Amino acid sequence: MSATLSAQLLNIAAGAFLFTAVLILWRRELASIIDIFALQGVALAAMVAIIAADEGSVEFLLVAVGVLVVRSGVLPWLLRRALSHAGATRRETRPLVNVVTSLLVAAGLTLLAYAVSQPLVALDPSPAAHAIPVAMAVVLIGFFVLVTRRLALSQLVGFLLLDNGITAVGFLSTAGVSLIVELGVTLDVLLVVLVLQVLKTRIREVFGDTDLDELRELHD
Amino acid sequence: MTTLLLLSPILLPLLGAAALALLARRTATSWVAAGSALAVLAVAIVLAVLVATDGPLAAAGLLRVDALSAFMLIVIGAVSVVAGVATPAYLRSEIALARADLATSRRYAVLVQLFLAVMALAVLAANFGVLWVAIEATTVVTAFLVGQRRTKAAVEAAWKYVVISSTGIALALLGTFLLNFAALHTPDAAGLDWVALVASGSQLDPAVTRIAVLLLIIGFGTKAGLAPLHAWLPDAHSQAPAPVSALMSGVLISVAFYAVLRVKVIADAALGVDFARALLLVVSLASLALAASLMLGQRDYKRMLAYSSIENMGLLALGAAIGSPLAVAAVLLHILGHGLVKSALFIGAGRILQITGSSRIDAVRGLAGRAPVLAGCFGIGVLAVIGFPPFSLFASELGIARAGFAGGLGWATAAALLLALVIAGALLVHTSRMLLGSAAVTAAAGDAVDVPVDELTVIAVPAVLPASGSDQPVAPLAVATLPVATLVATRLAQAPSPEARRGPGSDVWAMAGALAACAVLGIWLGPLGTLLQQAAGIVTGTP
Repeated sequence: MSATLSAQLLNIAAGAFLFTAVLILWRRELASIIDIFALQGVALAAMVAIIAADEGSVEFLLVAVGVLVVRSGVLPWLLRRALSHAGATRRETRPLVNVVTSLLVAAGLTLLAYAVSQPLVALDPSPAAHAIPVAMAVVLIGFFVLVTRRLALSQLVGFLLLDNGITAVGFLSTAGVSLIVELGVTLDVLLVVLVLQVLKTRIREVFGDTDLDELRELHD
Repeated sequence: MTTLLLLSPILLPLLGAAALALLARRTATSWVAAGSALAVLAVAIVLAVLVATDGPLAAAGLLRVDALSAFMLIVIGAVSVVAGVATPAYLRSEIALARADLATSRRYAVLVQLFLAVMALAVLAANFGVLWVAIEATTVVTAFLVGQRRTKAAVEAAWKYVVISSTGIALALLGTFLLNFAALHTPDAAGLDWVALVASGSQLDPAVTRIAVLLLIIGFGTKAGLAPLHAWLPDAHSQAPAPVSALMSGVLISVAFYAVLRVKVIADAALGVDFARALLLVVSLASLALAASLMLGQRDYKRMLAYSSIENMGLLALGAAIGSPLAVAAVLLHILGHGLVKSALFIGAGRILQITGSSRIDAVRGLAGRAPVLAGCFGIGVLAVIGFPPFSLFASELGIARAGFAGGLGWATAAALLLALVIAGALLVHTSRMLLGSAAVTAAAGDAVDVPVDELTVIAVPAVLPASGSDQPVAPLAVATLPVATLVATRLAQAPSPEARRGPGSDVWAMAGALAACAVLGIWLGPLGTLLQQAAGIVTGTP
């Protein structure tokens, strides 16, 4: 693969990666949010695969397959299962910030991500490093979703968005850390999602609904 | 041989977990936990001796023990012994009070062993990647311990704990990746191994390293209960079972702080001392101010202890910001002393909760009259955590303060001491309200929390009425107190089970032992002094 072609493919994948994050901000139906999240997993896996092809590393190509399976297969499946137990609350009806403002904030966060990532791009002129600001923007958008959504499941999606962004930064900046660490990180994230899913069920058992505003037992 | 020795602090608790999971159900309340903790402590001491004589040991490229790791392993072992000794009595009472059964207590015991194993892995890790994986794994294994009692409060605490800790620690992962990025652009591509990182520290790109250090300190600081992402700590600590609160407050947050210390070493090598110092000072003073403001009007004694932990983490951050060898040695001693005392206090708080059935400070009046040994230990523990001699926290706080004034951070140290003084005052007032007061009257008041009010008046009023009609002015008082006393007697007799009224069990002895150990450390450090010096040398970069 020629250098320019792989750079262009990488840019397309990175664009899709950011676009799906913004779409998640836009949609309110939990079911379609999960579908978009699965698409984002595909975009992330594509980025990893392009970098792998560029470096001609088979081991790294396997990592890309792993990313595809976990991020667009296992995690969305877990989320869908949680959704099917959720009953009536299938729609984020009252987010703290409305959709238009959210999209404006997303634009601002993207600019911020570019500003913050300046030193990273300056250190390494490769096409992969040039895509780091996009991944950073996804991290910030994920953080934003996490703090402004009120349903447990949308918070969970926000956390996963944040995590997708961080994983992308990891791959784009250094072609990944050692394989053992990579495995450990993936396992931890999977377990955290499982734990949160179980806790979500328990919240529904004791509180009746998963609107997190209801969580007011503990305060000072 | 070295590999096996290095792996044993991780493998021993895993063996313990397997034993608890496979053997009969009754073993949950047995001494397995204390045994594995004692074994970890023994291995930690062996490792400390080896490291002190032969220098750092490494195995498999992923594990490494230097004086700092060995010291942290000793802290983990010591506090786990305290928690492990307290566990049998605690679990037996919980089962007797019908707040747990054999199945949940077995799951509890297995998770505690896994918790111990991942904490040991965290301090034995040789690079930031493994360290991150281990610290995130502590969240996973403790989540269900926090939410063990499926009450509204416990489930809410567990959710907040997992979401806030995982988000904070995710920032640390981003920081780790950025540090890796900076490291790969040094001439010898250092990676995440900290020996290599320290060696090529001055060649790390300053701008990238600055972002990485900021993220790493905020991220690991979250798990250490430092501001701004501290909000999980009071909730989780107040809802978790007592021995788990003891482990979380005694070692988990210290292990996360150990990660902050490792980050500081790299930051100092790459950016000079000023950057990490400024960050740590802000975090430290913010944590102290927050703990002071929420401590003053506190009505829940477990949350009171939790805010005291945030305060102590703030003091540790102050010591790390000062960064002189004296300050760092004092910080490390403070970690050990605080671990012992705070675990004792949380175990005491758990026992008080079993006796009174409420975690409100108002509900505990006059504990000294009802459970003198427990109340005595709790009171002494609070004095120790405030920093009274002879306990080691006195020596370590004095050391941090002296180093602060000598190191040119006078104003920050003075502000921190002022805030610590406010917190100490609040702790003393709240604790004296719990422990002192007349036992008979306050016991009735305490019971009134869950006894319907009319039951009280129905028994007390008829006794007072005829008395007030009599001609003798002194008699009404004497007669009126009598029914109250009998009421107290009957309420105590109706307590859920004899377990709630048992005498001091293994939990109270664990408290006493931890406090005694802390007092001994305050007077005599012995061979630990050398280890502290070596560990401080690693953090300050002056071996």
